[in-house]
Amino acid sequence: MLTLILILLPLLVAIGLFFIKNERWARNLALAAALIESGISIAALYTYFNFCHCQLLFRFEWLANYGISLKFGMDGLSMLMTLLTNFLVPVVIYSSFTQKVERASSFYSLIILMQAGLIGVFTAFDGMMFYIFWELTLIPAYFIAAYWGGENRIRITLKFFAYTFSGSLLMLVAIIYLYFHTPLPHSFDHIWLYASNLNPAEQVWVFLAFFLAFAIKIPIFPFHTWQPDTYVTAPYSGSMLLGGLMSKMGLFGMIRWMIPITYPVLNRTDGFFIIFPLIGIVYASLIAIRQDDLKRFVAYTSIAHLGLVAAGAMALNAQAMQGAMIQMVSHGINIVGLFIIIQYIESRTKTTSIAELQGIALKAPRLAVLFMIILLGSIALPLTNGFVGEFLILLGLFKYYWLYAAVAGLTVIFSVVYMLWMYQRVMLGNTNTVTESFTDLSWKEMIPLIAIVIMIFWIGIAPGMFMHLAENGVRQIIGVVR
Amino acid sequence: MNSIISLSVLGVLVLFLGILKKKTWLLPLILVGLVASLMMTLLHWNMNRSLFHNMLIIDNTGVAFSSVLIFSTFLIFLFAARYYRKVIRPLDDIYAIMIFALVGAVLMSYYGNLIMLFIGIETLSIALYVLAGSHKEAITSNEATLKYFLLGSFLSGFLLFGIALLYGSSGSFDLYAIHSYVVDHIQQGLPPMFKAGLFLLIIGLAFKIAIAPFHFWAPDVYEGTPTLLTAFMATVVKTASVVAMYRFFSITFFGIHGVWEMTIAILAGITIVIGNVTGLYQPNLKRMLAYSSISHSGYMMLAMVAFSGRTANALLFYSVAYSIATITAFAILILVREARGNDYFGSFNGIAKKNRIEAFTLAVAMLSLTGIPPLAGFMGKYFLFAAAIEQGWLWLVIIAIAGSAVSVGYYFKPIIAMYFREDQGTILQSGKPFKVHILFLTLLTILLGFLPFLLSGLI
Repeated sequence: MLTLILILLPLLVAIGLFFIKNERWARNLALAAALIESGISIAALYTYFNFCHCQLLFRFEWLANYGISLKFGMDGLSMLMTLLTNFLVPVVIYSSFTQKVERASSFYSLIILMQAGLIGVFTAFDGMMFYIFWELTLIPAYFIAAYWGGENRIRITLKFFAYTFSGSLLMLVAIIYLYFHTPLPHSFDHIWLYASNLNPAEQVWVFLAFFLAFAIKIPIFPFHTWQPDTYVTAPYSGSMLLGGLMSKMGLFGMIRWMIPITYPVLNRTDGFFIIFPLIGIVYASLIAIRQDDLKRFVAYTSIAHLGLVAAGAMALNAQAMQGAMIQMVSHGINIVGLFIIIQYIESRTKTTSIAELQGIALKAPRLAVLFMIILLGSIALPLTNGFVGEFLILLGLFKYYWLYAAVAGLTVIFSVVYMLWMYQRVMLGNTNTVTESFTDLSWKEMIPLIAIVIMIFWIGIAPGMFMHLAENGVRQIIGVVR
Repeated sequence: MNSIISLSVLGVLVLFLGILKKKTWLLPLILVGLVASLMMTLLHWNMNRSLFHNMLIIDNTGVAFSSVLIFSTFLIFLFAARYYRKVIRPLDDIYAIMIFALVGAVLMSYYGNLIMLFIGIETLSIALYVLAGSHKEAITSNEATLKYFLLGSFLSGFLLFGIALLYGSSGSFDLYAIHSYVVDHIQQGLPPMFKAGLFLLIIGLAFKIAIAPFHFWAPDVYEGTPTLLTAFMATVVKTASVVAMYRFFSITFFGIHGVWEMTIAILAGITIVIGNVTGLYQPNLKRMLAYSSISHSGYMMLAMVAFSGRTANALLFYSVAYSIATITAFAILILVREARGNDYFGSFNGIAKKNRIEAFTLAVAMLSLTGIPPLAGFMGKYFLFAAAIEQGWLWLVIIAIAGSAVSVGYYFKPIIAMYFREDQGTILQSGKPFKVHILFLTLLTILLGFLPFLLSGLI
C-alpha cells in the first residue's frame, strides 16, 4: 500500500498544481509534497527493516486477459532508488527557489509528475507497467527542457525525445515478444518474464533491444550524442533530473530487466558489451578535460562515471553489481550537487565558461568548501560516497577480467585530473573582472548543498544501510542469474 | 436495425425542421436523436441474430462499432454550432446528409451480404461527395469534391466488379455462402476469378480506408473539405470502412486466413512508411492530419493481418482512441483557422501562452496519436502490436515501430509551435461550451489510457 501511495501522491499533486494560479503557492506546495513524499519513503524504509522484507507489494489485475497487472513493490534495489528519488526531488525543487521561474505552477507540476513516473519505474514489478512509467517520465522531461531551456532548445530537445523514444519502442517490442514466450498463462509479471523461454538467437535480439533502450538513456558510448547538448540547454532543475535520476532509469532497467532475462547473452559474448561503456569512460574523460563549458563538462563526466556503473552491472558478479547500485545513488547525489553549484556560479557571473572564471574561492569560501567536498565525492576519495561504489565495481570487474578493471580504473585517475584541474581554474588564483563582485552563499542557498554533503559523508563513512539494501537487491538478481 | 431506422428517421426529421425554418432546434434535436439512437443500438447487445435472410447480421461486433460510429458523429456535432456560427442560412441539408452518411456507415458495420455492403458504401460515399463540396464558394472545396467524386466512383466500380467476380465464382452474395465456398475449394486452390474478385474488393475498401497506394486522394480532399466534415471523413468513414473489411474477412475466411494476409501485410507496411515519411513534409496541420490518418490506417491493418479472436476488439479500441484524438485536433484546427486565417504550423505559435486549455488538449491529442503512455493511443497501439507479435508478424511490427518513431517528427510540430515559440497572432476565441467539449474529449483520452479494460474485453 505504501508503494501505491508513493506513486499516487505525486500524480495527484501534479494534476492539482496545474490549476494553482498563485506561483508562490505552487512552488511551496510542490516542495511540501516532495517532503511528504520523502517522509513516506522513510516510513517505507522503516517498515522494510523492522517488520518484513516482504517487498511492500501492491497488486491489482489491470488487464487480466492480457496478463498486465499493476504490480508494484520494493526490494532493496527499488528502495535505494526510491530513496534517491525522494531525496533529490526536494533538493532540486528547493534549489530552484533562487531562480526566477516563469509559469511556476506548470514547472513544478512537471517536476512532480516526473517524480511519479520515476517512482513508478523503480517500483514496477510488471514489465508493461515498467514500460508505461518509463515513457511517462519522458513527457515532463521533454517539456521542462524545451519550455524553460536555453539556446537551440527546440532542435536539441526534439532530438532527445526522438532518440530516447525510438529506443524505448524497441524495448516495447522486446517486452511484448517476451510476454508471448513466458510460461502459460502468459503474464508480464517479472517472475514470468525472467522465466521466459527463448532460444539463443531470440535472446540476442531481445538483449539488443533492451541494451539499445538503456544505452540511450544512460547514455553509453556511442549512443550518447543527445546528452551533452540536452544537459546544457535544459534549465538547471531539468539537468539535475536528467543527470541525477533519469540516467539511473537506464541502469536500473539493466539490472532489473535486461540482466536477469538475457544474461546468457552476456555470458556467451564474453563481456563484449562491456567494451562500449569502457570506451565511453576514456572518450568522455578526455573530452571532459578539454571542456570549457561547466555544464557540458559535467555532462561528459557523467558519461564517464555512468559508463563505469554500466560496466559493473554487466560484469555479472555480486560485488560489481552491489557497487553499481551504490554508485548509482552516489552519482545521483554528486551530479545534482555539481549542477547546484554551477547554477549558483552562473546566477552570479552570468557565465559557465571555465576560461572566464577565476579565483572564486577568495570571495566565496563557503562555496569553495562545499564544492570541494562534492568534487572529492565525484573523484571517489575514501570516506566519500564515490569511493564505496567505485571500489566494489573495480573489484568485481577485476575478478571478471583484469584488463577491463585496468581500463575502468583509468576513470579514477582521469576524474582526478579533470575535476581538480577544473576546480583549480575556476576557484583558485586571483579574481578577475567577472568574479570580482562574487558574493558568498547565503544560508538559504547552502541548505540543499549541506543536505548533499551530509549524504556524501553518510554513504562514505557508514554505508551499512545502503550496502544492506544493495545486497538484498543483488541477491534477487544474482539468484536468477545463477 | 434499431440504429438504422432511428437514424434515418432522425435525418428526415432534420429535413422537416429545415422546411419549418426552426434553425435553433436543429442541433439540440440532432444531439438528442444521436444519443437516443446510440441507446437503441446498445439494446441489441448480445442479441446475435440475422435479419432479412442474412442481409444484416446483428452481432456484438456490429453493435460495438456502430455505437462507436454514432458516438463519433455525436462528438463531431458538438462542434458544429461553433464551426457554422457565422452561417446564417439553416444548415438542415448538411446535417441531414451527415446523418444519412452515418446510416451508410452503420450499414457497413452490420452487413451480411455483399449487396448490403455496396449499398452502405454508396450511401456513405454519395453523401460525402456532397459534403466535401458543401462550401460552395471556396474553390478548394470544389476541387475536393470533384477529386473525391471522380476517384471514388471509379473505385466503387472496382468494388462492384470485385463483388461481381466473387458472385460469379461462388454463386452468392451472402458472406456465409461465400465462406462455405471457400472452405470447399481451399484444398484444390481457389480459382483465379475468385482471387481477382477478392483483390478488387480489397482495393475498393482500401481506397475508402486510405491505404497506400490508394491514398492519393486523401490529403487533397481533406484539405479542401470544410474542416468539420474532414473530421467526419477521417474518423467515421475510416472506422466504418475498417469494420467493413474486418467483417468480410472474419466471416468469409473464418479459420482460413492465409489467402489474403500477405497482401494486406504488404499494403500495411507501405502505408505506414508512406504515411509517416510524407507526413514529415507537410506544411500545415490539416494535410498533416491527412497523412496521420493514412498511417493510422496502416496500423489498423496490423490487427487485420494478425487475425485472431481479439482482432475486433483491438480495432475497436484503436478506432475509438484514434477518433477521439483526431476529432480534438480538428476542433482546435477550426479555432486556429478562424482566429489566424490558416493552419500552417506557424499559425500555432505561442497559443499556449493565452489559450492554455486549447493548447493542452491539442498536445494530449498529438501525444495520444504518437502513442505515448499512459494515453489511449498507446493502449490502442499496444493491442495491435501484441496481436501482430503473437501471430509472428515481427517484421511488420518493426516497420510500425519505426513509423511511430518517425511520427514524433510531425506530431510534435504543433506542440513545439504552441508551447515553445513566440506568440505572433490573435487569441483564439473559444467560449465555455467549446472548452468543456474539448476537455471532455481529452478526459476520455486520458481515461481510456488509465482504464483500458472499459473497452478491451468487450467483443
